[in-house]
Amino acid sequence: MRSIILAGLCSAVLLSGAAYAQSGAPIKIANVAELSGGGATVGNNWKNGIDLAVEEINAKGGILGRKIEVSHADSQSNPGVARAQVQKALDGEPYVLLGPGYSGSVKVTAPLAAEAGITQIMGGEAAELTQAGNKFLFRTSFGQQSSMPKVAKYVNDELKAKSVAVVWVNNDFGRGGRDVITKEFNRLGIKVAADLSTEAGQADFAADVSKIKAAAPDAVFIYVNEEESARILKEIKRQGVTAPLIGETTLVGQKVIELAGDAANGARGHVGLTTDAPVEAIKAFRDRFVKKYNYVPDHNGLKGYLAIYMVKATTEKMGKVDSKAFADTLHGLTIKTATEPNILMDVTFDQNGDIDRQGFLVEVVEGKQVVKQVLPKLN
Amino acid sequence: MSNLLDLIVAGLATGAIYALVAVGFTLLWQTSQTINFAQGEFVMLPAFLMLAVMHLGVPFWLAVLVGILLSALLLGLGFKLLLVDPMLRHGVLPLAIATMALAIGIKEAVKQFFSAEASPFPSIVPAGDISVLGRAISLQSLGVLAVAILAVIGLTTLLNRTSLGHQMQAAAQNPTVARIIGVPVERMILLTFLINAVLVALASLLITPIYLAKFSSGEVLGQAAFIAAIVGGFNQVRGAIAGGLLIGIVDNLAAAYVSTQYRAAVPMVLLILMILFRPQGLLGRAEERTV
Repeated sequence: MRSIILAGLCSAVLLSGAAYAQSGAPIKIANVAELSGGGATVGNNWKNGIDLAVEEINAKGGILGRKIEVSHADSQSNPGVARAQVQKALDGEPYVLLGPGYSGSVKVTAPLAAEAGITQIMGGEAAELTQAGNKFLFRTSFGQQSSMPKVAKYVNDELKAKSVAVVWVNNDFGRGGRDVITKEFNRLGIKVAADLSTEAGQADFAADVSKIKAAAPDAVFIYVNEEESARILKEIKRQGVTAPLIGETTLVGQKVIELAGDAANGARGHVGLTTDAPVEAIKAFRDRFVKKYNYVPDHNGLKGYLAIYMVKATTEKMGKVDSKAFADTLHGLTIKTATEPNILMDVTFDQNGDIDRQGFLVEVVEGKQVVKQVLPKLN
Repeated sequence: MSNLLDLIVAGLATGAIYALVAVGFTLLWQTSQTINFAQGEFVMLPAFLMLAVMHLGVPFWLAVLVGILLSALLLGLGFKLLLVDPMLRHGVLPLAIATMALAIGIKEAVKQFFSAEASPFPSIVPAGDISVLGRAISLQSLGVLAVAILAVIGLTTLLNRTSLGHQMQAAAQNPTVARIIGVPVERMILLTFLINAVLVALASLLITPIYLAKFSSGEVLGQAAFIAAIVGGFNQVRGAIAGGLLIGIVDNLAAAYVSTQYRAAVPMVLLILMILFRPQGLLGRAEERTV
């Protein structure tokens, strides 16, 4: 009799444990990002966006009744450290891996996540990342193959530039952007008047800007990280270069505007995401973010926020928490604001993990991003 | 040609910063045989001290004064009493290693207590250019150069034209004899540390508006200033100045005319050549070694 009661008790404990694992246990998500080092702006915005989304979702009961638990690890903006941190994170068997934000770090970590069969939702924008056939890698923003043709078209159609100086940072992100934009300029018959490679963390841009002046281009395309963007903008203003400055998100982000001050005025760029977009849901996100963190986020804050809502929408689409089926479900998925308002804009993921949604052309006017054009979703 | 002039002027402005920092290396070496590998972090920290004071609502110029005072206390008095004095008795090498540890400590502490992200910093020199011989020269570059030159003139005047300076030189050249003739050697050495602390605070004030306030900004600066001090002559203040200006110009010219990708290597090559062919540096004096 005693053994029957004991067995009954054990079964009850095991069953309740199993039931807890199904419904009550938190969903573990691992984030590896650039919390320090050259990409600290990227990583900290990304992390804060994630934390805000998690807080909102948990406050409403979580995903399928389960709370989200996110662990944050610092890649120190170093691909080697990122790889080690991702390996450590994967050992903890997360539901989904988030980050890193730097393309170079994504490049070295993506094979690890793919091997573990864990979906990686990252912030890298280098074109090559989603072209290697990795079925577990997804973007939170446009890749360079989507954004650069739009920039080149703007330089050609709107600025009517015949020659452009290209300044790029010598890493995977910068090289990728430079390769795609140069190809596009060649296709449109725009001459690359100067092709200037710079270093991540570079402090002094006097020589680079002197070269730009000497080349006398019709426009300058700048594709370096945020802090370096601020430094080169200051130097460009100091040396009196008057050619239009065009870039991508990293040239016109909030942090760049804060660091560069007046020197950022006039800079233009294509941005996949901006908190100044004329979209009500994005404005509401911005307000919530500012209330929580007391500063205006850049696009990386939006990326981190959207990554969590991608996890929510995909999981709810599956109706279960299944890390193995996650990537399959996300491929080809369209998430509409009608069903998930916090995805902020309708978005579609293709078979490569690339993203399709509205984009924006912005200009910095008196220290603020002003959206000049809304570029529609392609499909 | 006009491009060359612009590059030289920009190089001089950057070089002046290196020179200010490099002077600190030579001062500490001369008086206490100390190589301070945290010198770059010593330049980074005052900016954050000033920012911290400004966050309390203190006006900029008052924050600058408080920052310089705090630098003198922490990076002058504190550095000497808490690290150099206890470590120096174990030899120069343990002390050098201790300063490396100090550099990491300062950097990580700033990252922890302030932020890993860069912050803007107000400039003491207004933005804009003035025309000199038809060339537009930035006020900021001129300001950096002017302050650096004034600081160096002040320092050399103090060392060569005042009784205090003569006592400092005596303490540096032969502490034993200096003590016999009544020079307060310890006080003179302390004064050197305080001067270094004020110089790095000045350098911080000048460079941070350009380079931005960031916990890691001392790395590049410390390295460039160390190379400048060796190239110019580790045992001569005027050598450190020459070395700083030379490295600033060479760095800019290398980026413009050699390769932006290899610009960081050019000062290193210069350093190697100097060690091979003129180990005492450009303006340094050869030191005899007793065995």
